[in-house]
Amino acid sequence: MSILHTVNKSPFEKTALAACLNHITPDATILLFEDGVYGALQGSQIAAHMQQTLTTNKIYVLGADLKARGFDTDRLIPGMAVVEYDGFVELVAQHDKVQAWL
Amino acid sequence: MKFAIQINEGPYQHQSADSAYFFTKAALAQGHEIFRVFFYHDGVNNATRLTTPPQDDRHIVNRWAELAEQYNLDLVVCVAAAQRRGMVDEGEAKRNGKDATNIHPRFRISGLGQLVEAAIQADRLIVFGD
Repeated sequence: MSILHTVNKSPFEKTALAACLNHITPDATILLFEDGVYGALQGSQIAAHMQQTLTTNKIYVLGADLKARGFDTDRLIPGMAVVEYDGFVELVAQHDKVQAWL
Repeated sequence: MKFAIQINEGPYQHQSADSAYFFTKAALAQGHEIFRVFFYHDGVNNATRLTTPPQDDRHIVNRWAELAEQYNLDLVVCVAAAQRRGMVDEGEAKRNGKDATNIHPRFRISGLGQLVEAAIQADRLIVFGD
């Protein structure tokens, strides 16, 4: 049973991403969008935890929301994958369930 | 594949009102079916036909209505959330003795059972909110 976890909160404002990371199983995928994209950036307090998560789970970032916040993809932690809305839809279809960490 | 969409936040207030629209549009473009879009909590404000944004801004309500027209979408507004926020259609206006209505004709007011049914009938439920 694969689950797509969506996180739309900044990890520096809310604990949604931390809660998500504490609950995911190895076959789960994370999608960061809206303010959630801040969790995908290099050099932050949470970057080491994200890097470690990337060794077991795939993490995607919504490109439009990253760009809207003034970041290029070269600011991402290596290993993060960028998708647009069509990729978001494909991820939803590929997983059995979607869990939104609101 | 059949998708159900739930929106919990209002227009021009939280990005999730925009994200839900872009996701729905992308899903339809890929040939997926949108079983229902359910507007809950402050999300019911996405259904007011009285919205008048500046000309150079997106019209979030009409945008939903146009997509619904094109793909025959079922846009459902939660009745309890709508009543609390003064979102009224003709039936509710009559029933509650109100002198005006503000629900866009492409949306309809119904109960939480519609969300439960959508969650059961659709292959995936995607929730947008804060």
